Amino acid sequence: MSPTCGGIDVFIGTVRNATKGKAVLRLEFEAYGKMALKEMQKIAEEAQAKWPIEKILLHHRTGVLQVGEVPVIIAVAAAHRDAAFDACRYIIDTLKQTVPIWKKEIFEDGEVWVAAHP
Amino acid sequence: MKVKVLAFGIAKDIFGSSSTAVELSGEATVEALRTALEMQYPRLKQLSSFMIAVNDEYAEAGQELAPEDEVAIIPPVSGG
Repeated sequence: MSPTCGGIDVFIGTVRNATKGKAVLRLEFEAYGKMALKEMQKIAEEAQAKWPIEKILLHHRTGVLQVGEVPVIIAVAAAHRDAAFDACRYIIDTLKQTVPIWKKEIFEDGEVWVAAHP
Repeated sequence: MKVKVLAFGIAKDIFGSSSTAVELSGEATVEALRTALEMQYPRLKQLSSFMIAVNDEYAEAGQELAPEDEVAIIPPVSGG
């Protein structure tokens, strides 16, 4: 919150119970911690340079997450909503491309590292 | 030069360990390391891609490796 901000855009990622129609039991997240924090910091700075935004929150969990739990939260506070929406979208999209965090989907009959294979 | 390579995600499964060691005989560049890793672990070639990080930064192919560098293999990321 900030008196000069007119809006906060929040993205909350949640664990879904299925992928491509197949039931997911849980997710397991792993991170290369030092580098992940560094890349997250870079993304926040890039967003701050691109849009007139004031505050950014970028949070990601690791470990085992059950269906419905929250692996990622992004919040952006800005004077006006356009910047908040655009920056929030940019941050989550870029996080998914550059931050060294990995997600394994656990199914009844096995497990898969997401995006590993074509 | 012997290079210790940290592994995460599916790379840890492929190495069977959270790190591995690779011997680079000729020039010690990121590209040479990539080639050596793929020879030592052919399964890496089935991944859609992988990057190499040096000291917590994504590294370019031509970058030279130094003995004290922290090197990691970065399989396709899937955070969020």
